[in-house]
Amino acid sequence: MDQTCQVARHLTGLPKIMTNYLLQRLALTLPILLGIVIVTFFIVQLIPGDAVSAMQGQVKMSAQQMEQMRETLGLNDPLHVQLGKYLVRLAQGDLGRSLFGSQPVALLIGANIGATIQLTVAAMIVAIAIGLPLGVVAAVQHGRAWDVAATAVAMIGVSIPSFWLGLMMIQLFAVTLGWLPITGDRGIRGLIMPAVALGVAEAAIITRMTRSTLIEVLGTDYVRTARAKGLIERAVVWKHALRNALLPLLTMIGMQFGTLFGGAVIIENVFSRQGLGTLATQAVINRDFPVVQGCVMIAAILYVLVNLVVDVLYAVVDPRIRYG
Amino acid sequence: MTRAVQQSQTIEVRPAGVTARWAAVRQILRKHPSLTIGAAILAVMVFTALFPSLFTDANPVMMNIPDRMQPPSMAFPFGTDQYGRDILARVLYGGRYSLIMGTVPIVVAAGIGIGLGLVAGYFGSLADLLIMRIMDVWVAFPIILLALAIVTVLGPGLINIMVAIGIAWVPYYTRMVRSVVLGLRTTTYVEAAQVLGFGDRRILYRHILPNTLAPLIVMSSMGIAGAILTGASLSFIGLGPQAPTPEWGVILADGRQFIRLAWWIGFFPGVAIALTVLGANLLGDGLRDWLDPRMKV
Repeated sequence: MDQTCQVARHLTGLPKIMTNYLLQRLALTLPILLGIVIVTFFIVQLIPGDAVSAMQGQVKMSAQQMEQMRETLGLNDPLHVQLGKYLVRLAQGDLGRSLFGSQPVALLIGANIGATIQLTVAAMIVAIAIGLPLGVVAAVQHGRAWDVAATAVAMIGVSIPSFWLGLMMIQLFAVTLGWLPITGDRGIRGLIMPAVALGVAEAAIITRMTRSTLIEVLGTDYVRTARAKGLIERAVVWKHALRNALLPLLTMIGMQFGTLFGGAVIIENVFSRQGLGTLATQAVINRDFPVVQGCVMIAAILYVLVNLVVDVLYAVVDPRIRYG
Repeated sequence: MTRAVQQSQTIEVRPAGVTARWAAVRQILRKHPSLTIGAAILAVMVFTALFPSLFTDANPVMMNIPDRMQPPSMAFPFGTDQYGRDILARVLYGGRYSLIMGTVPIVVAAGIGIGLGLVAGYFGSLADLLIMRIMDVWVAFPIILLALAIVTVLGPGLINIMVAIGIAWVPYYTRMVRSVVLGLRTTTYVEAAQVLGFGDRRILYRHILPNTLAPLIVMSSMGIAGAILTGASLSFIGLGPQAPTPEWGVILADGRQFIRLAWWIGFFPGVAIALTVLGANLLGDGLRDWLDPRMKV
């Protein structure tokens, strides 16, 4: 372990304490990643019968063809052998082939994941752009009309179904006013409505979180000191208080990534936007197991990696974490 | 004689007790407006879902082609869809599906989560390690995608998406119950119960479980809101109950198809979802302020 640390330190040029922290986090992440792979493997094992008999509904096959297919897919092997083979294939970047059109799943996911990540990130930007200022206003005006209004708006925002908001936006901005394209595929203009529809609920969550953390921070001694030494209120809030309030927010944004990614699946369907969501939905309807398996696994792995990055960022920003 | 006195006392005491209780309830409702508003909204939604025939004579699934795509009017307050079905009737009858989809998975998830959380938190060591590592993997799957995977295996339908949503919620309950149990395990009263020689089961059920109730109720109220949203989303993309079932997500999917021609098909079920979810969220918020102010976010 010491040697690994030294090599890692040499490669990254990071101080020892940070490298240790990174390795520690990585060591915790690897079993989770392995767990995700094993779970996705076993989900398909839950199918009544097996994948081949489930395909029977879509493609007519003779008993002999079915047996042949089972042999090709390795379904006749014992479970642990199947899992072993699956892991080896995964290590080579092979996620299997689609049961329809027999394209490699990795290729299908590769072609679609970019659009979904783009939508997720855009929605997160929308959420922060709306949620952060609203939360700050609510906290600064704590207990007054603005606070009540911001809290109410956040409560409504978190309760509105994103797909319905998307539909209503299409109705207003695309059908009635004609300002924006009706489908979500044409560049930046096509990204606006999907990103807003997906981001609003998230903005509401960020508003609530910012409000409560900031109210707490604004009551601390160092903020009182900052005020006592005569700093203007804007500097106290934005420079002193918000900086500390942002830390828990960072963790929450990482944790919300999964929700947003899942929400993107639905929003892509609303706007007929190409992406992992439309790919997965089509695959579910076709009962194309390898594709669904691949999409679900990649989404979970992405979630874990995003949270790893957030944790590391957290440690970079807040020394208490890496020394703790 | 004695009996008569006792009786008259009971008769006198009871109304006073009830009044006092009512006064307490009224005070709680006044002190926590979000609890009151949330409970009121939910009560209306539950009532209309249970007795839709009080509000409309129309059949939610019967087609009536001559009246198709009618905008909202006195005859059809919410308009009609592409088959001439009354949207008001569909929305009213649809409430049942959403309420079932919101409550059943949450109750099941809470049940499983309580069990796992109690075991992990109380017995600790290997059980805790094992259960919590499994939960770490479990939460990594976004709810919607986990549901997609489960629906692929089980096929679309109301029951199957309820299973999917229920499974997806388990780790959140497990983590919450475990954290409460961890906090309680070393308290004096639990240690006293152990010293007195009470069995683990008695300590768990009689001394620890009741303390998890407040956070459980709060989490479940918000969980119902989340489950209704997830359920509607999944039926919207065609994985839940199938047409012509008057489920809100299904009606919204019709609305998407005819968005250029008839905005009302998609508008009203969306408002119904938003209202129900708002009710459950407000109720959860109010319950949290009332039962467990420490949890306030």
